[in-house]
Amino acid sequence: MFFYIIRRVLYAIPIALAVSLVCFMLVHIAPGDPISAILPPDASAETVAMVRKDYGLDKPLPVQFELWLAHVVQGDFGLSLANRRPVLDELKAAAGQTFLLASTAAVLGFVIGCVLGGIAGVFRGTLADRMAVGFAVAGISVPHYWLGMVFVIIFSVVLGWLPAIGSGPGEWAWNWVHIRHLILPAVTLAVIPAGLVTRTVRGVVVEILSQDFITTLRGKGLRTMMLAVHVIKNAAPTSIAVMGLQLGYLMGGSILVETVFAWPGTGMLLNQAIFQRDIPVLQGTTLVLAMIFVTLNLTVDLVQTALDPRMRRA
Amino acid sequence: MKAATATAAHIPHSKIAEELGRASYWREVGHRLLRDRLTMVCLSILGLMVLAIIFAPLLSPYDPLQGSMIRRLKPVGTPGHWLGTDELGRDMFARLLYGGRLSWFVGITPVAVAFVIGGGLGITAGFFGGWVNMMIMRTTDVFYAFPSVLLAVAISGALGPGIDNALIAMTLVFIPMMIRVSESVTASTRNLDYVEAARSTGAGALTVVRIHVLPNVLGPIFVYATTLVSVSMILASGLSFVGLGVKPPEPEWGLMLNTLRTAIYTQPLLATLPGVSIFITSICFNLASDGLRTAMDVRA
Repeated sequence: MFFYIIRRVLYAIPIALAVSLVCFMLVHIAPGDPISAILPPDASAETVAMVRKDYGLDKPLPVQFELWLAHVVQGDFGLSLANRRPVLDELKAAAGQTFLLASTAAVLGFVIGCVLGGIAGVFRGTLADRMAVGFAVAGISVPHYWLGMVFVIIFSVVLGWLPAIGSGPGEWAWNWVHIRHLILPAVTLAVIPAGLVTRTVRGVVVEILSQDFITTLRGKGLRTMMLAVHVIKNAAPTSIAVMGLQLGYLMGGSILVETVFAWPGTGMLLNQAIFQRDIPVLQGTTLVLAMIFVTLNLTVDLVQTALDPRMRRA
Repeated sequence: MKAATATAAHIPHSKIAEELGRASYWREVGHRLLRDRLTMVCLSILGLMVLAIIFAPLLSPYDPLQGSMIRRLKPVGTPGHWLGTDELGRDMFARLLYGGRLSWFVGITPVAVAFVIGGGLGITAGFFGGWVNMMIMRTTDVFYAFPSVLLAVAISGALGPGIDNALIAMTLVFIPMMIRVSESVTASTRNLDYVEAARSTGAGALTVVRIHVLPNVLGPIFVYATTLVSVSMILASGLSFVGLGVKPPEPEWGLMLNTLRTAIYTQPLLATLPGVSIFITSICFNLASDGLRTAMDVRA
C-alpha cells in the first residue's frame, strides 16, 4: 500500500511537467511572434526587450520552457493583455467561483445519480428503471449550454423566480441572495454527472446483486436493509471514482455554462480571453485547471485504493 | 502426418480467416439491428437529417445568409417563414438546414480522423508492446491529464477562431481516447491462441495484424468511435457557441444559439431551436451507438 502511494505520487510528477509543457506550447502555437501573444501591441520597446530577455525568447525552446517554468512556479503567470493586471490575481477569484459552482454541481449530480441509479439497478426491468435509463441518456446527450438557456427562459423570463445571470452582488456569501444565483447554473452543470453516475451506479448495482455472496446473504435470512449496506460498500469505490473525475471535468468544462449564466469563474475568464485574444490569461487558466485535474486524478486513485483492497494488487 | 502438417502450413492465412465465416456474423448483426426498434428509429431520424441537409436548397427557397431588417425575429409559425426568422431577419428553417451541414461536418470529421490516427497508433502500441507501447501510451497519458473540453478550448483558443482550428483542436482531444481503447482491445487479442498459432506458423507481423488482429479489434474500436460522435457534436457546437470554431455569418447550430441569446426575452421558443437540433442529433447518435454495441456484442 505504502509503495503504491509512493509510486503513484511519483508518477504524477512527470505528468504535471508534461502538462505544463503543453500549456507552455500554447503561446507558441498561437499565430505570430510569441512576444505579440504575451505583450499588448502598444508595449514600449524597452518592455519588449525586457520581456524578451526575461523569458529568453531568443534562446532555444527547452531553455525558454525552463525560464517560463521558473516564473510559473513562483506564481508569476504574466500580465493580462486586456487589463494589465497579473493573471494570478484574476485567477484566484475566478477559480474560487468555479470551484463553488463545480462542487455544488458534483454533489447534486452524485446524489441524483446514486438515487436514480440505485433504484434502476434494484428494480431492473421496471418502468422506474426505464425512466432512469432514459434520464441518463438524455443527461449525457443534452448540450448543457442549451439546457441552461431553456432554464433561464422558464425560471427567469417566464416565471421570474430566479436570476438569469451573475453570482450576486459583491463578494460571495452563503445567503439566499447568492444561493439564488447558484441554483440554475449548478443544476445545469449537474445534468451530465447525474446522467453518468446514474449509468455507473445502475451497472454496478446490477452486477453486485447478481453475485453469489448476495444469494448467500439472502439465504442466511439477511434483511433487505442489511443487504443494502453490502451493496453500497461494494458500489462505493467505483461511484466515488467516477464522481471525483467528474468534478475535474466540471471545473475544466464549465466554460459553456459560465458563458450562458455570466458566472464570474474561470470559464468566464477563458471566454473573455478568447474574445480579446488574451493568451497569457488563456495559458494561466488552462494550466491551473489542468493541475487541479491532475491532483484530483491522483486523489481519486489513492482514495479508491484505500476503499477497495482489490485495487492494490492491480 | 508429415504431409498433413505441410498442407496446413501452405494454406494462405486469408483463406483461414474466410472460413471463420465473417459474412454470417455481419448478417446476424444486421438482423439484430433491424429487430431493435429504438435503434432503427434513431437511425431513421439521423438518415432523414442527412437527406434534409444534403437537399437543403430543395426544401427551403430562402438564402440562409440573406436577411431583411423589416422581418427580424418573426415568431415560429409566421406565414412564409414557418420556423420564424432570426435576429437579422434570416429564415430560421433555411439556417437550421444549412447550419446542419457545418454542425455535422465539424462534429463527425474529428472523430473520423481520430479513428484512423488514434486507432492506428493504439493498434501499433497494443500489438508491439515494449517501448513502442511505452512511448505512445505515456504521451496519451499527458493528454488525458486535461479535461477534454478545456483542452479543446485551450488549443483552439490559442490557434484562434476558425473551423480548421476547431477541427485540429477536437481531433487532438479524440486521438488519445481512441488510442487508449484500441490499445487495450489489441493487447487482449495479442496473446490469444490463434494469434500465437499464426505467429508460430511463420506469419509476419503485418500478416498477423491484417488477418487476425484487425478483424477482431476494428469492431469494438468502431463502436467506441460512434459513441464519441455525440460528444463531438456537442463539443463542436459548444466551441462555436463560445466564439471559437465557425465564424458568423455562416450558419452553425452552436453559433446560432449564441447569437439568438439576446432574443430569449422576445422570442424564447425561436431562440432554443438550434439547441433542439443539437440535442436530437446527439441523443440519436448516443442511442444508435448503444444499439450497435449490443448488436455487435461488444463489451464496454
